Amino acid sequence: MAKALLVILSGIFGCAQGESVPPVVHSPAPAYGDTILTGSIGDASNLLPMLASDSASFDIASLVYNGLVKYDKNLELTGDLAERWEVSLDQLTIRFYLRKGVKWHDGVEFTAEDILFGYQKLIDPHTLTAYSEDYKQVKAARVIDRYTFEVTYKRPFAPALASWGMLPIIPKHLLEGKEINQSELSRHPIGTGPYRFKRWVTNDHIWLTSSPDYFEGRPYIDGYIYRIIPDQATMFLELRTQGIDWMGLTPLQYQRQTDTAWFKKEFNKYSYIGAGYTYLGYNLRDKRFQDKRVRQAISYAIDKNKVVRGVLHGLGVAATGPYKPDTWAYNPNVKPYPYDPEKAKQLLAEAGWKDTDHDEILDKEGQPFEFVIMTNQGNAQRQLTLEIIQRELRKLGILVKPRVVEWSTFINEFIDKRNFEAIILGWSLSPDPDQFDIWHSSKTGLREFNFISYNNPEVDELLEKGRSVFDPKERKKYYDRLQEILAEEQPYTFLYVPYALPAIHRRFYGVEPAPAGISHNFHKWYVPAELQRRTHLNQMAP
Amino acid sequence: MATYILKRLIGMGPMLIGITLISFVVIHLAPGEPTDMQTQLNPKASAEAYQRLREHYGLNDPIHIQYWNWLKRIAKLDLGNSFRQDGRPVIDKIKEALPITILLNVLSLFLILLVSIPIGVLAATRQYSLFDKLTTVVVYIGFAVPTFWLALLMMILFGLELGWLPISGLHSFGYELFSPAQKFSDLAKHLALPVFVAAFGGLAGLSRYMRLNLLEVIRQDYILTARAKGLSENKVIYKHALRNALLPVITILGLSIPGLIGGGVIFESIFSIPGMGRLFYESVMARDYPVVMGILVIGGVLTLLGNLIADASYALADPRIRHGK
Repeated sequence: MAKALLVILSGIFGCAQGESVPPVVHSPAPAYGDTILTGSIGDASNLLPMLASDSASFDIASLVYNGLVKYDKNLELTGDLAERWEVSLDQLTIRFYLRKGVKWHDGVEFTAEDILFGYQKLIDPHTLTAYSEDYKQVKAARVIDRYTFEVTYKRPFAPALASWGMLPIIPKHLLEGKEINQSELSRHPIGTGPYRFKRWVTNDHIWLTSSPDYFEGRPYIDGYIYRIIPDQATMFLELRTQGIDWMGLTPLQYQRQTDTAWFKKEFNKYSYIGAGYTYLGYNLRDKRFQDKRVRQAISYAIDKNKVVRGVLHGLGVAATGPYKPDTWAYNPNVKPYPYDPEKAKQLLAEAGWKDTDHDEILDKEGQPFEFVIMTNQGNAQRQLTLEIIQRELRKLGILVKPRVVEWSTFINEFIDKRNFEAIILGWSLSPDPDQFDIWHSSKTGLREFNFISYNNPEVDELLEKGRSVFDPKERKKYYDRLQEILAEEQPYTFLYVPYALPAIHRRFYGVEPAPAGISHNFHKWYVPAELQRRTHLNQMAP
Repeated sequence: MATYILKRLIGMGPMLIGITLISFVVIHLAPGEPTDMQTQLNPKASAEAYQRLREHYGLNDPIHIQYWNWLKRIAKLDLGNSFRQDGRPVIDKIKEALPITILLNVLSLFLILLVSIPIGVLAATRQYSLFDKLTTVVVYIGFAVPTFWLALLMMILFGLELGWLPISGLHSFGYELFSPAQKFSDLAKHLALPVFVAAFGGLAGLSRYMRLNLLEVIRQDYILTARAKGLSENKVIYKHALRNALLPVITILGLSIPGLIGGGVIFESIFSIPGMGRLFYESVMARDYPVVMGILVIGGVLTLLGNLIADASYALADPRIRHGK
């Protein structure tokens, strides 16, 4: 859910569309009870969302808190704590009308004052948040009455709407006058969401219990335990011995290790498009890559389907651009790059790269075509991809030297300092189509995210327009065009979007894969009364 | 003796400062910063936010100022707050991880002593016998086998195939509802595999050491004397030889004191144990300087104290050393 409001680069992917939905048979009646155990390789860091930046913290926070708005299962914005909102004609002011009678988990009513307080904390320079930027665009924020909240922006800013997710929603009555960076709510959160915090044993587990007076109705599943199991192999053994009920599988586990009759009897497997993509990025300050034909040639020379098969065991799709293929902003009609080594050769020849000295390496002005592709250590998929690309380009007469570097060094010494020729990396993107920070030519500074130094005035203009209107139909026009240009110019060679591959124990009903993943209706999942286990856990005092 | 210990204690001061200085410099030399977790490749994090975080953590100061500030705090026994997003006191984080690591290490050390001393003694008294050769092979296998591999095999056998033991973690959920006897058996079941795996790898060192020592002692003149005056072989070995051969074990125990607070990150990760190994590893990866320094200081103090205790107790146990100088 709210994890989707963030843009984090990672190998973790959260959301999307169903592919192998289990057969819809006659479902038994919903019942309250049981506890679900899920596994995570990392612990949460801080359960006040504005102070966190890791996916584990947001996994928990999304069950404990609500936003004013949220993404629905199709990744479209809809009301959550706000029943509805109005955008003024000049696109500068948003007015949120709140649900009435929503209570914090300690029984105090949630009101517009809480939001104003959360906003003030987000822009307070004393608060250790990384997310202040979106809120600094606000010119004025005010409480109209107990259930109405209004913000006015300096200029129209469409991504602003999504920023009123759960980050600003914190309980004023518990935090006012207190030091937010050292608040005990970081370890013991109090929200308005479907689940209440019960306890957190560091690096071991986080335990939540259902909130009986949740405004969308009491969740069916009574308990949610988030076990921290740092090792994937151990986690898989825990799943098989039913020490956990739910985990994300690796492609190898999905394809080979769970293909048994026993596993199919006990578990449902799902696969749907994840929220992240992997790409090959070129340093456009490098003369060789400034020629669009060279970049196009490399895109033609890489068989993306082969990469998907080899790296993901077929559990992913070839990427065509920087948007998730099952969302409204995605443009399916962009220039495709099918595997075509002949065309690649031809483009390289047009760009002046020919094998004049017959050493099977292309050259131009006496320089052989060789470059280094870097990626980070610890990501086997990227390293495999790199090896496949190396082979494919070698066939074309381009010599690729792979280099794998520890993450911190990779970012600090090579990415931030623009000290690379080409890289394999991934972006995990928020559902909002605004990608100003990644493609706009003003974002090429130190530590900024257009590190390939892409510069195209038309793209700049489209990015500016796209973030200045709220109407998705109009925005789509700009982003469709953006995707056409990116496809034509190939500043990245977009490689693949991996599937998310969760396995969940069969006794859980109501799981409904959608573009937003499976967690979007978690509070509606249930275990039929006769299949319930772990009922003894409910005897424990909260 | 007292003056000797006092001298050693005074000498530890400069040594400790040296240790912290080197640690501090080395950890700051590694590329990356504590702020990376929040701001790196996170387009929502602006340059301004980055600067604000740096300022808050004092990373804009030159490194010698940072070290001085840290030293001033540590002089008041304050380890500071973590630089990770939780911002919790370092001491709290260590307090959470330490007991379980000590428990595991003490149990496995106990198991190692329990098994390796008899192995060493029997192997020495039956030098070159089948038993000697067999145990040599077994303990070296234990020494050479990668922990994660052995751990996974044991989990598959005892957890998955036989279903006798839980796979990982320390407690079952619902532990609070158990009777004391059930609690004990639950904890014992959870600890069985980790303690076994940890101990198996440590058998080689001590058992070989024990064997070698005993062989050495048996060749001494006073053993010849003991035999000459007609003592039974059992008395010779277990009363005269063994006591002398055990002396170096004291040193080994003293030296293993700092090891008691250390945990293996791979070991702890495989068994999902929230111990010191993972805390240290994660802190290093996150460049969480205060936690890294906190653990290193505690480790440094314990190492120095362990050495001192080993030397002192050795002197107490062995008259030759006590009167020797």
